[in-house]
Amino acid sequence: MHIMEGFLPHPWWEIWFALSLPVVAFGVYKMNRMIKDSRETLPLLAVAGAFVFVLSSLKLPSVTGSCSHPTGTGMGSIIFGPWITSVLAVIVLVYQAVFLAHGGLTTLGANTFSMGIAGPVIGYLVYKAASRAGLHLYLAVFLAATLADWATYLVTSVQLALAFPAASGGVLASFEAFAAIFAITQVPLAIVEGMVTALMFKYIVQLRSDVLVRMKVVSQSTIKKLKEAVA
Amino acid sequence: MKIKLELLTLGVVVLFIAAFAYVSSSGNHEWSGADGQAKDVISILTGGTYIPWFQSIYQPPSGEIESLLFALQAAVGSLIIGYFLGYYRAMAKIKAGEAVQKGEGKSDA
Repeated sequence: MHIMEGFLPHPWWEIWFALSLPVVAFGVYKMNRMIKDSRETLPLLAVAGAFVFVLSSLKLPSVTGSCSHPTGTGMGSIIFGPWITSVLAVIVLVYQAVFLAHGGLTTLGANTFSMGIAGPVIGYLVYKAASRAGLHLYLAVFLAATLADWATYLVTSVQLALAFPAASGGVLASFEAFAAIFAITQVPLAIVEGMVTALMFKYIVQLRSDVLVRMKVVSQSTIKKLKEAVA
Repeated sequence: MKIKLELLTLGVVVLFIAAFAYVSSSGNHEWSGADGQAKDVISILTGGTYIPWFQSIYQPPSGEIESLLFALQAAVGSLIIGYFLGYYRAMAKIKAGEAVQKGEGKSDA
């Protein structure tokens, strides 16, 4: 989902910066407040950030004969919400833009929007909706992480289509061209990411369900049911 | 639910590898990055007229060094995850041990 350095023309790169910047700034504020209020969340925050680090470094081959990478943002979004997750995504995106020539500083705004904001927002909403609908906790996590990953790549396709409308067919035609690369390649990767995230979430539930309950990510009754099923 | 999720994840990963093996064996693929392919589409859409207006400030000088930096990223992430999960696990054990010693400990941490 990295739009490469210099590949977004004026005014698009500015627009995506303008949209992303306030979100990340508020994310930093929320993160600081959360750490100050409850230091016990710090290790979980580190784990969620590290999860983004690991997953976004793995370029995996897909059924289309090309490679892409998962985002890892679903997990942070479920536990901490999209605001704070956007900050985690920015850290990774800056590292990759500066040291790996992956993505870029001029496209950082757009890449932050797709990976750090749009994906996590979708993941967060899916998780809330799925838990409210009474789906099994790990199924809800799976769906949230899978769709967060996939949505990220759809948004990248939209961003590129808006900036490069086709001569015939306009934005819609070029969206199809970009989505043909990103959306299809990403389907198997998104499913794998969903599974790995669900598994990771299971371990966090086993170890620190108390923090998850206090942060209102999971209800006490759900935890109780899960623990009874294991026992 | 005890190890079901692990098995399910393993199953999905095996399917993923099988898909890779199948696609690999059934034709020639470059396995290039999707990000790079988007660049080709841009070049087709604009008739090759688009010139990126900014260059990366640093390019890893070779594929090896690029892999190194990616591996470093994954290693740092794994280290952090492993450290904290291990820390939590040991803490839970210690707390459980103390609870047993006291006879009836408070289970809520």
